[in-house]
Amino acid sequence: MKSFIKIIAVFVIVLTCSSCVDKQKRQVQYMADTDMYTPVGYETYGETADGEASVRKPVEGTIARGQVPYDYPDSQTGYEAARDSLRSPLKIQLPTDSIAQVSKKDMDNGKYLYGIYCAACHGDKGDGQGSLAQNGKILGVPNYKDRDITEGSIYHVLMYGKGIMGSHSSQINAKERWQITHYVEELRADLLK
Amino acid sequence: MKRVDKHNQTLRFILSSLAFLFLFSFQLSAQEIDSVQVRTGKKIFNANCASCHKLEGNLIGPALGGVEERRTNEWLKLWIKDNAALRASGDADAIAIFNEWNGSVMTAFPQLSDDDIDAILAYTTHGDIDKVVVAGAEEEVAEEEPSTAWMSYIVLTALLLLTLWVYFRSKNEFLKVVTTIALLLATGYYGYGALMSVGVDQGYQPIQPIAFSHKIHAGENKVDCQYCHSSAKHSKHSGIPSVNVCMNCHKSIAEVAEGTTVEYDGRTLGKEELDGEIQKIYDAIGWDKDKFQYIEGYEQKPIKWVRLHALPDFAYFNHSQHVTAGGLKCQQCHGPVEEMDEMYQHSPLTMGWCIECHRETEIDLAGNEYYKKIHEELSKKYGIEKVTVAQMGGQECGKCHY
Repeated sequence: MKSFIKIIAVFVIVLTCSSCVDKQKRQVQYMADTDMYTPVGYETYGETADGEASVRKPVEGTIARGQVPYDYPDSQTGYEAARDSLRSPLKIQLPTDSIAQVSKKDMDNGKYLYGIYCAACHGDKGDGQGSLAQNGKILGVPNYKDRDITEGSIYHVLMYGKGIMGSHSSQINAKERWQITHYVEELRADLLK
Repeated sequence: MKRVDKHNQTLRFILSSLAFLFLFSFQLSAQEIDSVQVRTGKKIFNANCASCHKLEGNLIGPALGGVEERRTNEWLKLWIKDNAALRASGDADAIAIFNEWNGSVMTAFPQLSDDDIDAILAYTTHGDIDKVVVAGAEEEVAEEEPSTAWMSYIVLTALLLLTLWVYFRSKNEFLKVVTTIALLLATGYYGYGALMSVGVDQGYQPIQPIAFSHKIHAGENKVDCQYCHSSAKHSKHSGIPSVNVCMNCHKSIAEVAEGTTVEYDGRTLGKEELDGEIQKIYDAIGWDKDKFQYIEGYEQKPIKWVRLHALPDFAYFNHSQHVTAGGLKCQQCHGPVEEMDEMYQHSPLTMGWCIECHRETEIDLAGNEYYKKIHEELSKKYGIEKVTVAQMGGQECGKCHY
């Protein structure tokens, strides 16, 4: 008789444990407090012991690995200077080429990235008819052919934004910005035809 | 004679009233809005002007509603087509407005014709003629689904009572043995399930600080996943976007569209609540949506999103390896995120689940010069054209545990 009672007790306990699933809480975490599960160092986007964000800005005067410094200021004069004098490092003249040009690989990646970061507003063709512009969420997206833009000014605007367009420098790195720049130039040339 | 006079008077009266009526109706028709022109104007305005101007309230440039009352048509045409030239010609008004806006330069629009500008001005004068005033949107009565939880409680209680009766009141030994076996089986089944779910957070759906809907962003508005989670292409982590990325769109989107609803935490959030959710972004970064600028000296606060997908520290996972090199869709692991109002963990993230995919996924060997030699050797080794991730070494312990 006693063993029966034990069986019932175990059954009831197991059933209670497995039946209350609160989806807003994590499941029981076995060994979650050991360093095999939880790292000793900071987790990405974690918090320090003081409750501050673990991500920090680079120390002033230093350049993060892979980062390319950009010296044109975020102002109208900076925009004009970049438009007139900033040139792409991706345009390379091989001995076999007659003029300096961008490799196909860079152009293809530019197209791919344009689809992710630009097309929602600027449209697949660069005519300002992206899905967000068409359904009226973001207004006033220009057609590239109506703007007097150069590779320098396109890069500058990707870097700092212009008007209601924000900076995209945190999402794409310097090389990718140039790849997008060249794809935008190609779209503009197609629109001007 | 008298009668003639009268007659004349009457005639004059009739004539003058007719004239008055005619004039009045003429004026009326003059005031009637050329709706085609206004609609064209709206289109041109939205395509060219709306990034910096609104009809009411300042944006990057001044509000343009009723601008024709402030400036002449000719001046506006000169200004819109090439404001720099107008300023250079020494026009006092042009220089004054330029200085008033701290010398921010308006783009020149030489491509707009006089008709285009007239249409724009018709729109700024008359406003949005198609705007339908929504009279008190009907409140939707949410249909409460009858809860079925009570039924399972009744069944459970009945079973428990029956078991108790079998053990303490019944004299039938056979029944007791059968019940014991049934109980042991059930305990094993549920016990196994409970133990196997330890540490597996499939379906985990915590409350987030902002009722962010992936359904609206990725589904309805088709914003690419990587627009916000931009570090997935290069790094181990698919980053949570910093607030400046939110602001790339939410600078101009301070309110949700009329009639937007989001299902969150078992409740339906309407426009009012959702506008409050957008306001939380502004509170975090310090954006004044009325003045359309960042508040100077604002103490910014991070938004503390709650992490869903977390692998234990001993398992290595790299997003860029899967997204960029593997070319997988995010949905393969994260499920139909574009249909989720409230994000939840779709996959179990167990080792078995990883391995299963590694065994099934085939690698495209074509057009990959860098690995050409090793791919050829692998093909020879397994005697096949295509290799799976597992055959490439995606099942080695040290690939993920080291």
